[in-house]
Amino acid sequence: MRETAVTATEQVQSWLENFTEFDKSAPGAKLAWLKRLREDAFARFCEAGFPTTREEDWRFTNVSAIARTVFRPATEAKLTSEQLATFCPEGKTAATLVFVNGRFDAELSQVSGLPKGVTVASLREQIDSHPETLEKHLGRYADTQRDAFVALNTAFLADGAYVHVARGVVVEAPIILLYLSTEEPGPAVTHPRNLIVAEDQSQVAVMEDYASVGGESIAFSNAVTELIAGESTVAQHYLIEREHLKAFNISTLRIHQGRSGNVASHSLLLGGGLVRNNVHPVLAGEGGECLINGLFLGTGRQHLDNYMHVEHASPHCGSRQFYNGILDEQSHGVFHGRIVVHKDAQKTDAKQTNRNLLLSDDAQIDTKPQLEIYADDVKCTHGATIGQIEENALFYLQSRGISEAEARKLLLLAFAEECVERMHSAVAREHIEGLIRQHLLFLENAPHASSGRVVERAMEEAR
Amino acid sequence: MSLLEIKNLHVNVDGNEILKGIDLTVNAGEVHSIMGPNGSGKSTLAQVLARRDAYNVTEGSITFDGKDLLEMKPETAACEGVFLAFQYPVEIPGIGNTYFLRSALNAQRKYRGQDEMDAMDFLPLFREKLALLEMDDKLMNRSLNEGFSGGEKKRNEILQMAVLEPKLAVLDETDSGLDIDALRIVANGVNSLRNPKRAMLVVTHYQRLLDYIVPDFVHVLVDGRIVRSGGKELALELEEKGYGWTETPQAVGARA
Repeated sequence: MRETAVTATEQVQSWLENFTEFDKSAPGAKLAWLKRLREDAFARFCEAGFPTTREEDWRFTNVSAIARTVFRPATEAKLTSEQLATFCPEGKTAATLVFVNGRFDAELSQVSGLPKGVTVASLREQIDSHPETLEKHLGRYADTQRDAFVALNTAFLADGAYVHVARGVVVEAPIILLYLSTEEPGPAVTHPRNLIVAEDQSQVAVMEDYASVGGESIAFSNAVTELIAGESTVAQHYLIEREHLKAFNISTLRIHQGRSGNVASHSLLLGGGLVRNNVHPVLAGEGGECLINGLFLGTGRQHLDNYMHVEHASPHCGSRQFYNGILDEQSHGVFHGRIVVHKDAQKTDAKQTNRNLLLSDDAQIDTKPQLEIYADDVKCTHGATIGQIEENALFYLQSRGISEAEARKLLLLAFAEECVERMHSAVAREHIEGLIRQHLLFLENAPHASSGRVVERAMEEAR
Repeated sequence: MSLLEIKNLHVNVDGNEILKGIDLTVNAGEVHSIMGPNGSGKSTLAQVLARRDAYNVTEGSITFDGKDLLEMKPETAACEGVFLAFQYPVEIPGIGNTYFLRSALNAQRKYRGQDEMDAMDFLPLFREKLALLEMDDKLMNRSLNEGFSGGEKKRNEILQMAVLEPKLAVLDETDSGLDIDALRIVANGVNSLRNPKRAMLVVTHYQRLLDYIVPDFVHVLVDGRIVRSGGKELALELEEKGYGWTETPQAVGARA
C-alpha cells in the first residue's frame, strides 16, 4: 500500500505543476462555479490517482504507460487548410469545428449557415461570452468521483465544442468536431471537453474525430463529452479514433436522455496505441431508446478497450449494444458491457451483442458482460462470440476467382458492415466506411507478420 | 488435347484415403456424370477440382487445359475456367450478391488481361442471366445467399456459372433438395450453357437430374474408385438396380 501511495504522489506531482499553472490563466478563471468545478475535480484526481488493473473496471487495461509519463500541455500549432482537407468527410455537414492540439482554430472551422436556434461554438468562446449558458449542464453529468480520467479532464477543462439545439429544431447534416494533434518535442496532453445540449423534440448528429498530423510523438487525448438529450429528442453521436500508434486516447461519452428520447452512440476505433472508449448512457426518462454501436480494428500492439455502462433509470426503456471487433497481430481488444437496471426501471429491454474475429494467434479479446438488475420485470440478454474468418466462406469466394487477400478483405468488410449499417447519417456512414476500407487496404498490403512499426508507417502513407 | 485429364488420383482427408486412384478424361463439349452412393468420394473429387486445400492429393495428377491443376490455388483454377456449383452454397452476410458476382467476374477478366466491367456494363449481362434462371432481382439486393431457400441457393450457383462462363463446370449434387419446378429451371440454365467449348461434370446420387441434363458419359464411383463407365443408359440401369450390383469387383477403368 505504502509503495503505491509514493508512486501515486510522484505521478500527481507533474500534474500539480501543470494544474497550478493552468488554474491561473484558464478561461473563466474568475467564475466561481467553474473554478470550484475544476478544483474539486483536481482534488478528486489527486485522491484517486490513475486506476490500476486491480480495479474491476480496469481489469483488462493497464494505464501505467500513461501514469508513468510526464505530459506537458500540448502547444499551439498552425495547420493549413490543405493539411486539413484530407480529414474532412465528403458530403454536406452542418458545421465543422477544428481543434489543433486541443485549441479551437477559428480560421479552419466553419460554423456559418446554421439553422435558427442552433449554437455551435468553441467551449472557450462560450465560457468567455456566455458562461451562464453552461453552468446548468457543464460537469453535471460526467462522473469525476468514479473515473479519474474524467476528473483530470474536468480539472483541465478549457476548450472543446459547445453545441446547443433549441426545442423542436432539426439539424439534418452532422456537426463535425475534428481534433488533430501535431508532432511535439515531448509527450503532450489535451483535454477536449464537449457539451452537447439538444432540447426537447430536437434532432442533431455530432461526430468527434481524433487524428494525428505529421510525425509521431507521444500524444494523450483525454476527452469527455456530455450529451444531454431532452424529451423526444433524436441525437446521434459518432466517435472516430484514428490517431497514430503512439497516441493514448481515453474518451468518455456521458449521455443523459429524457423521456421518449432516441439516442445513438457509434464508435470506430482504428488508431491509437492505448485506447479506452467509455460510453455511459443514462436512460433517465420513460420510453427512451438507446443504441450503442461500435467497431474496433486492432493491429500491431494496439490495445482497444470499450467500456459500456448502460444505466436504465426509468421504466419502458430499451437499449441495444452491438460491438464488433477485428483483432490482428498482437493487438488486444476489450469489450466490457455493463447494464445496470435501477429498481424502478420496470419493463426494461436491454440487449447486448459482442462479436469478435481474431486474425492471428497472438491477438487477444476479453469480453465481459456485467448485468446488475434491481427491478423484477425486465428483459436483459447478452451474447459474445469469438471466431476466425470462416474457412468455408473464404473458399467459396476464392472458388469464384477472388484472390485470397481480396476475399479476406471482403469478409472483414462484411463483418464491419454490420456496424456501419446501423449508422443513420449518410455522411457519417460513408466517411466511416471509407476509413474502414482504407484501413483494411493497408492491412492487406502489410506483410502478415509485420511489426507494429511497419503498420504505423503504412498508416502514415495511407493518409 | 483433352480439357481435363485425371490420372491415378489419390486423395486423403484427415488421414483417410477417400479417392483411391481415379482416372478420368473429359473433352471440351462433353457432359460427364459421376454417380455413386453416399460416401463414395464424389464430393471430394468435386472439391479437389476446385482446389480446396483441406484435401490432400497424395498421388496422381490433374491436367486442366494443358496446365497442372494441382499447382493452382482455388482462385487461379477459377480464373483458368473451373467452376464448382456447391452442394451447400455458403451464406455470407454483408456481401451483396450483385457486388460479389461483379467482383468475381472482374477478378477473372483481370486475370485474362481483359478490361474490368463497371456497374453499367455489368447490369444488362446480369439481367439476361437472371431471366434465364427465372430469378427475382430483389434477391440480388440481399446479402450473398443469406436467407435464400435451398432452391434459390442452387439457382444462384447456376446464375454465377452463367455469368462467369467457365470451361469446366462441376455441379456437385445440384439436384439435391430441389422440387421438380426448381429442378427444371436449374436444368434449363445448365443446358443453355452447354456448348462445344465447355465441359460439364455432373455429380449426383440420383438419376433424376440426368433426365433433364442428359450426359454423354456416366461413371460410377464406389469407395474411391470408378467401377463402371458407360453411356447415359448406365444411369437408368443404376436407377433400376441400385448401387449394390456395381460393388462386385468387376471394375473397369474409366474411359481412356
